[in-house]
Amino acid sequence: MINRLTQMFAHFILLLGVLLMVIPIWLAFTSSTHDNVTLITEGMQWYPGPLFIENYDEVLNEKGGFSEEITATGMLINSFIMGLGIATLKVIISMMAAYSLVYFRFRLATPIFWFIFITLLVPLEVRIFPSYKIVSDIGLTNSYTGLVLPLVASATAVFFFRQFYKSVPDELLESAKLDGANSWRFFIDFLVPLSKTMIAAMFIFMFVFGYSQYLWPLLMTTDEKYWTVVMGMKLIYVELYEGVSLPRVGQRFAYIILSIIPPVLIVVLLQRWFIKGLIQTEK
Amino acid sequence: MSFINLKNVVKVYPDGTQAILNSSLSIEKGELVVFVGPSGCGKSTLLRMIAGLEDVTEGEIDLDGNRINEIDPSERDIAMVFQNYALYPHMSVYNNIAYGLRSRGIKKLEIEAQVTNVSELLQIGDLLSKKPGQLSGGQRQRVAMGRAIARDPKVFLFDEPLSNLDAKLRVQVRLEIKKLQRKMGTTSIFVTHDQTEAMTLGDRLVVMNKGVMEQVGTPMEIYYHPKTKFVAEFIGTPSMNFITGSIKDKTFKASSFAVPAKYEDKDDVILGVRPEDISITKATTGVKCKVELIEKLGSSTVIYCVDMKENQLCVSTQSRASVEVGDTIHISTNNKALHFFDRETSKALTK
Repeated sequence: MINRLTQMFAHFILLLGVLLMVIPIWLAFTSSTHDNVTLITEGMQWYPGPLFIENYDEVLNEKGGFSEEITATGMLINSFIMGLGIATLKVIISMMAAYSLVYFRFRLATPIFWFIFITLLVPLEVRIFPSYKIVSDIGLTNSYTGLVLPLVASATAVFFFRQFYKSVPDELLESAKLDGANSWRFFIDFLVPLSKTMIAAMFIFMFVFGYSQYLWPLLMTTDEKYWTVVMGMKLIYVELYEGVSLPRVGQRFAYIILSIIPPVLIVVLLQRWFIKGLIQTEK
Repeated sequence: MSFINLKNVVKVYPDGTQAILNSSLSIEKGELVVFVGPSGCGKSTLLRMIAGLEDVTEGEIDLDGNRINEIDPSERDIAMVFQNYALYPHMSVYNNIAYGLRSRGIKKLEIEAQVTNVSELLQIGDLLSKKPGQLSGGQRQRVAMGRAIARDPKVFLFDEPLSNLDAKLRVQVRLEIKKLQRKMGTTSIFVTHDQTEAMTLGDRLVVMNKGVMEQVGTPMEIYYHPKTKFVAEFIGTPSMNFITGSIKDKTFKASSFAVPAKYEDKDDVILGVRPEDISITKATTGVKCKVELIEKLGSSTVIYCVDMKENQLCVSTQSRASVEVGDTIHISTNNKALHFFDRETSKALTK
């Protein structure tokens, strides 16, 4: 009896948490399907309205910006590219850095590791002006390379991969060596498949990190073609507000809902993989 | 020229620990040599040096006529079975076996044939699609063996491969390894701390202690003619009895008895007698002892007793001796099976 009660209580708490997180998104979604008059006079709406297609179509395809070169679709694509680029490169670079730190016992490996680790304490914003200077000197402003490259080094990921590699038994390396694997093959054939779950986890984190960057793309892009969703969030508000007599609240909500989709997609897709990997690689 | 040659090999770790002291050894082609010794004696280090997993501090290791000190382990054509098997957890059994072949650029069809061959030999055909995590200890052991065999290397190295198996399986796998090695005729080195394993497997044994090769020889040589007290004590269960005394006028005198000894006069001598070379006499002529403990093993009975001068003695008899704890018995030794050691150097006395 007591067991059942505690279980019910636990579920109640969990449900509460779920509602707390889902309700705002639901509200934003339902509100995004109403016309602006309703939203302004009656506030946010609990039930879906009739304007789903109209509102979303307007947000996705209306040209925005000062020179009207970018649509929300374009910004979504830009953000996706940025997030994907940052996550992929971050994972690759961190894996290689961790590999060299753990397996090639060169002098100063430990100090170098701690030096990398210290950079965890320095957020991007602190080094944003030097970074901007360098990127603009090389002429990478207004390019995907410029958006992605300065953000690809990650102390966090290096740290996690290093800890993981350290837990891989030495015999595995020795056995692979005797089987004729050189250091490159050991990395590709052993460490990469063994750290599948780790890669999936890191990829999720790093994608969300890259996707949600605001200040860096804001500084980097003067050309509207390279605007990202998070930047657009602010711009679309100002721009849409000035254009028309009524604030276009419905469209704004539609835009927010759209901006959530790519990270959710990545999490859902990789989470499956993540769990699959967890089940399979029992050592 | 022997197949594997160790010439004055020394291993000193960077922290100054001396793991191997000036060791030389020749191994003939097709031989199965067992390195045996207590833990920390350097046997695994020596094996790993041959594999190329540890650097050689001094000396030279030759394989098939070539110096291999500087050759990368992947180029040495040596296969090793590790204590924990070190199977690749993310690969199926098939790929575990095939990996070494693939990285040597062997054609796919040949690999398939070879893996099938090996899996039939080791009876692991139905496991090929499984992952190591789904296998039992014995099966993992077979896969590890299969991985070593598949490449048909110049040398097999076994680093205590049986220590993770239960006692019954260990005996079974031991026999299989022996048979397999005979069949394939591949030069092999086997490391173990278990002297029964060493005795049953090896064509020759290398008994090691504290980084020194104490004695190299066939199991029987080592058993019947141990060159040092350490070897005598380490090989054989129950362990050899040691009694201190001195030799005078071709007689060894201990505190409670005397036996003939055809050696020069010497103080500080240790007599070694194996428990099975001591027998219980019906007459009262032998050394009088009091029984302290009896171990009945079925095929033999081990009797622990003390003589009148508090020397501990262990007797092993085949017969079902009707002896009880607390009894007084008389024992005598087979005088041809006595071993004498110098107490200072621990070396066997020479005539």
